[in-house]
Amino acid sequence: MSGIALPAGLVGEGKRRRRWPVLVLCAMAWLGLMLGIALLADAIAPYAYTALDLRNRLSPPGATMLHPLGTDELGRDVLSRLIFSIRMSLLIAFGATIIGALIGTSLGVVAAHFRGFVEQVVLALVDFSASLPFLILALAVLAFFGNSLTLFVCLLGLHAWERYARIARGLVISAGAQGYAAAVRQLGASPWRIYGRHILPNIASTLIVSMTLAFPEIILLESGLSFLGLGVQPPETSLGSMVGYGREYLTRAPWILLSPAAVIVLTTFSVSVLGDWLRDRLDPTLQ
Amino acid sequence: MLRFLGFRLLRAAVTIVLVVSFAFVVLRLSGDPAQIIMGADAPPEAIVAFRRAWGLEEPLWRQYLRYFGAIVSGDLGRSMRDGRDAIALVAERIPATLALTIPALLIKLGLGIPAGITAALHRNSLIDRAVMMLAVAGFTVPSFVLGLLLVLLFAVQLGWLPSGGQEGWRHAVLPIVTMGIGGAAVLARFTRSAMLEVLGQPYIRTASAKGVPWRAVVWGHALPNAAIPTVTIIGFMVGSLIAGAVVVESVFSWPGVGRLLVVAVANRDLAVVQCILLLVAATMVTANLVVDLLYGALDPRLRQRTA
Amino acid sequence: MTLPLLEATGLTRHYLMRRGLFGRPVEVRAVNGVSLALERGRTLGLVGESGCGKSTTGRLVLGLERPDAGGVAFEGQPMPPPGTPAWRALRARMQMVFQDPLGALDRRMSIGAQIAEPLEIHRIGDRPERVAQLLRDVGLRPDQAGRYPHELSGGQRQRAVLARALATEPALLVCDEPISALDVSIQAQVMNLLVELQARLSTAILFVSHDLRAVRQVSHRVAVMYLGRIVEEGEPDAVLHDPAHPYAQALVSAIPHPGRRQRRVLLQGDPPNPADRPSGCAFHPRCPAALPLCAQEDPVLKPRPGDGRRVACHVAQGDLPARKAA
Repeated sequence: MSGIALPAGLVGEGKRRRRWPVLVLCAMAWLGLMLGIALLADAIAPYAYTALDLRNRLSPPGATMLHPLGTDELGRDVLSRLIFSIRMSLLIAFGATIIGALIGTSLGVVAAHFRGFVEQVVLALVDFSASLPFLILALAVLAFFGNSLTLFVCLLGLHAWERYARIARGLVISAGAQGYAAAVRQLGASPWRIYGRHILPNIASTLIVSMTLAFPEIILLESGLSFLGLGVQPPETSLGSMVGYGREYLTRAPWILLSPAAVIVLTTFSVSVLGDWLRDRLDPTLQ
Repeated sequence: MLRFLGFRLLRAAVTIVLVVSFAFVVLRLSGDPAQIIMGADAPPEAIVAFRRAWGLEEPLWRQYLRYFGAIVSGDLGRSMRDGRDAIALVAERIPATLALTIPALLIKLGLGIPAGITAALHRNSLIDRAVMMLAVAGFTVPSFVLGLLLVLLFAVQLGWLPSGGQEGWRHAVLPIVTMGIGGAAVLARFTRSAMLEVLGQPYIRTASAKGVPWRAVVWGHALPNAAIPTVTIIGFMVGSLIAGAVVVESVFSWPGVGRLLVVAVANRDLAVVQCILLLVAATMVTANLVVDLLYGALDPRLRQRTA
Repeated sequence: MTLPLLEATGLTRHYLMRRGLFGRPVEVRAVNGVSLALERGRTLGLVGESGCGKSTTGRLVLGLERPDAGGVAFEGQPMPPPGTPAWRALRARMQMVFQDPLGALDRRMSIGAQIAEPLEIHRIGDRPERVAQLLRDVGLRPDQAGRYPHELSGGQRQRAVLARALATEPALLVCDEPISALDVSIQAQVMNLLVELQARLSTAILFVSHDLRAVRQVSHRVAVMYLGRIVEEGEPDAVLHDPAHPYAQALVSAIPHPGRRQRRVLLQGDPPNPADRPSGCAFHPRCPAALPLCAQEDPVLKPRPGDGRRVACHVAQGDLPARKAA
């Protein structure tokens, strides 16, 4: 699904208001907190995420001071699992976003540089991947190859690559046709210099905005697949798989899935708000 | 127009061929089919016999042609779990899925488009902000979370509706609402930005400046032009009628195509997965084709260019 | 006789243009058999209306595009294909100045860094001093090196572009409409600068413009182009005071002269579509002096019998059908 514009009205009219909108500040604070948790997971988690406490199984939040967010069916501490899940989900989302941006941008630049046949091949691939819902494609690959964390990250990295490819190709073609790129080319610059020093820095802001718009989608995909039991495999844990396993205890112990669900929603919401705000500030031309 | 149609058909065919080739390549890359199907500890002579029987010793391009021929003639293999024809297995699940996705699509259209238009026409008003706040929430809450929250509220706490299964219309309410809300949010955001884009165009200013009543400007100029980008995303939604319910079907244990897909993936039932993959690709490509033809009807520029 | 710095012979460049999305491609001859020569320290002005192929000629001369027929020799050597290392190395000897200085500069780099760029590419040392010197040469202050393009005025930007073009002390400079995006008051400054720098560095300049007066001010020779061809070539004063080709006459008469009343030659019709070239002399449908011969036979560019002016016109050459038949 394409990254759809958040209305400017929601995050403030970027240009007119110089001070930072409250919503954006909240989003930044939340993301900062998440990053901090992910980086310091080992230090701040009260227990290991696999540690069992068989005496306190399915204990609700606040019931004992030992487990502030409660425990699951095996007596594992929900808070500790949540902390490690945040780390896993963010790691996957960052890795996948960067892989997607790298693959997509390179293919887009290659298409724009060589034109002709190479471009047609890239465009056919873009068409192909835009014509299938990514979830289905991902499921098919997981069925064929089985699951491993590396494969999973690379697979999610393919999400939205065609968006970067399309954007990069368009921008490189328009940059190369007019103005500065043609000027630098006729100075005798090598293609590496033209792309590396001139074109890429000029189109970087658009690509960064696309990355922030794709990031929440990847978190949603990762958690969706993990929820279905096809993503992150136990004993590893991620936000989606916590929700998926917690679902069995929905009636008896809803706290197992409520806290990771809340983290997913708040994180995707924050990144969306931040991405739209960035887009309004850096690149109003992007839809 | 014929030429345009031919060009689009060609592109659709290329995409289908790509999907089939993708399935073939992935199938071959993922390991020796003989090993997978016969099991790791099958006797070597049985494996050799199997390979000969299925033509796995032939050169790859002949295997590919044979594979292609089988798919064209409608033979998509048998489920590795119960040995039934993969197509029949998938086909019997389609009605159950459509029973969810078609009503959900109606909710998306009926809720999302009016909400988006209203928000755009009253830009920055309270309505706009409220609609967009809801729309963003709808987009950022994943469907499995929304579904489970609805279950928690309406099934566990209030006991009004069942939490899963497929026994009657009451069982369909929660899954339909779950899908409908999420899709309506996406559509509302999209419609709003398409509408705002159009409302900012000079021809709208011209029309209202020369005294055309605002209602007529909206109906006569803004809506038809905003419809063009919106049709694309609706086409995508129509294209995912068959397999757009993977997650929601799993949440509500609804025995549709999506549930089948998840189970097949977990069991590595490759024939079924491949069958669903092709079915989804065919639906999607058809929907895109229809969207392209609709473009021609909506955008006179495209019509003229092809004349 | 000395070898000219640059010699182009029979340059032809055509593009395939599609009508609409699926239309049959039509061949457009943007440049159709142009020959020209340029010596060190001299300026050739190339004038004509928009779409006549003068900018394409400039790009062909620099080797930015490959001609479909004909060739360019620089210092007696044929032009290497674009993008090759030999071609890139040759860029140090020939440079271009663009119509739109803002578009030709990278908005994200200071002008100092951009002026230093050709020095980096061609590994010429002593950069900070050289950049400062170049800035002074084009009339900017060395402390403006840290400025970004959007912080400069249009004239200052064009000076920065000029400084970048001159950084490697090229032997040839192609100026493609260098002043048409500038204010009138600044146009004169930039042209004076060009003349002054040429006198100092003895650079050869190909000055492409639609502005006849600007061309006269800087050029040693002038060539008038119409629909991909040079139709007249000669000394600027001679061509502009006494144009021989009817098209050149119309161009010259279009220059407004305050206080002087003069018969204006008004051309009929629109500039023809380059995709649909008229037969014979391409100018004959609009030409006030056209003869029947003009619709049949394409005139060649050759010295006129009387004064040796090079003109491609049956009328100006006196090729009357009666005499030809005799």
